Amino acid sequence: MPIDPSYAGRTYPASDPYEVGVEKIREFADALGDPNPAYRDREAARALGHPDVIAPPTFPIVLTHRASRTLIDDPDLGIDYSRVVHGEQKFAHTRPVRAGDSLTVTVTLETVRSAGGHDMLTSRSDVATVAGEHVVTAWSTLVVRGEG
Amino acid sequence: MAPGYDDVEVGHELPAQAFTIRRGDLVRYAGASGDFNVIHWNQRVATAVGLPDVIAHGMFTMALAARVVTDWAQDPGRVVEYGVRFTRPVPVPDDDDGALLEVTGTVAAKLDDGRVRVDLTATHAGAKVLGRAQAVVDLA
Repeated sequence: MPIDPSYAGRTYPASDPYEVGVEKIREFADALGDPNPAYRDREAARALGHPDVIAPPTFPIVLTHRASRTLIDDPDLGIDYSRVVHGEQKFAHTRPVRAGDSLTVTVTLETVRSAGGHDMLTSRSDVATVAGEHVVTAWSTLVVRGEG
Repeated sequence: MAPGYDDVEVGHELPAQAFTIRRGDLVRYAGASGDFNVIHWNQRVATAVGLPDVIAHGMFTMALAARVVTDWAQDPGRVVEYGVRFTRPVPVPDDDDGALLEVTGTVAAKLDDGRVRVDLTATHAGAKVLGRAQAVVDLA
C-alpha cells in the first residue's frame, strides 16, 4: 500500500546525545582503510586548524542511520524494512564532526512520493551539538520497493 | 601542498584511485557504521532477495569515493557538501580478489566564496555505480 504523502513534514523528537569519541572515529577511518592523520592524530588535526581529531565526511551516517529508526519504525508509515533500498545520500557540513562533540539528531520526513509501484521517502537529519550549534545536515532517500 | 582556489581550473583532474573491496572489508564497515543489513554479509539471504551476491554498503562505496577528494584537499574538513545517488550495486565475491572500485574526479565548477565543485565517477566492472556524485570543497 502506498505511503500517505500527507505525512511529509513530520518531525520526530531529537535523539539522545551521541558522544563522539576519538577511538570511534579511528575505528571508522580504519574500516575505510583511510590512514589520514586528521582522523587519528590530535596534533595533525590541530595543524589543519581543527580543535580536535575530525571525522570523515560520511561519518555522520553512524548517528543519522541510528536516528532514522524512529521514522522507519513509525507505525503510521508502515515501512517494510526488508524492502528498503538506499537511493540517495547527501551531507551538508557547517563544520566537520569532531572528537568531543555531543550531538543530537532531529529527523524530518521531507518528501513522500510514489513512482512505478515504489515509494520514495526523503528524510532530513539535522545534527547539532547539545548547545545548539549546527554541525551537519544529512538527506537520505529511501526507496521502498513495491511487492511483486 | 593543498590546492588553492586560484590555482585550480575547471577541468582539473584529481589523482584517480582504485580500491579493492573484499568480504572482510564489508564486515569491518558493518561493525564501524552500525549497518548490519544481512545483504552485506550473508550470501544466502542476498541471493534469496534477488541480488547477484553479497553487495557492498552504498555508504561504504560513497566513503571510498570521497578519498579522491579528501586526499586531494589534504584537509578532509574542507569537504562541505557531498552527495551521491546509488545507481548500481557492487557485488563482492567470496574470494581473495574481491571487487575493484575505480574512482576519478574532475573540478566541474568554480563557485563563490572560494569553493569548487568536484564531480566524481565511480565504476565497477566498467559500469558506473554512483550517479550525480558531487562534492563541494572549500579551498578559500
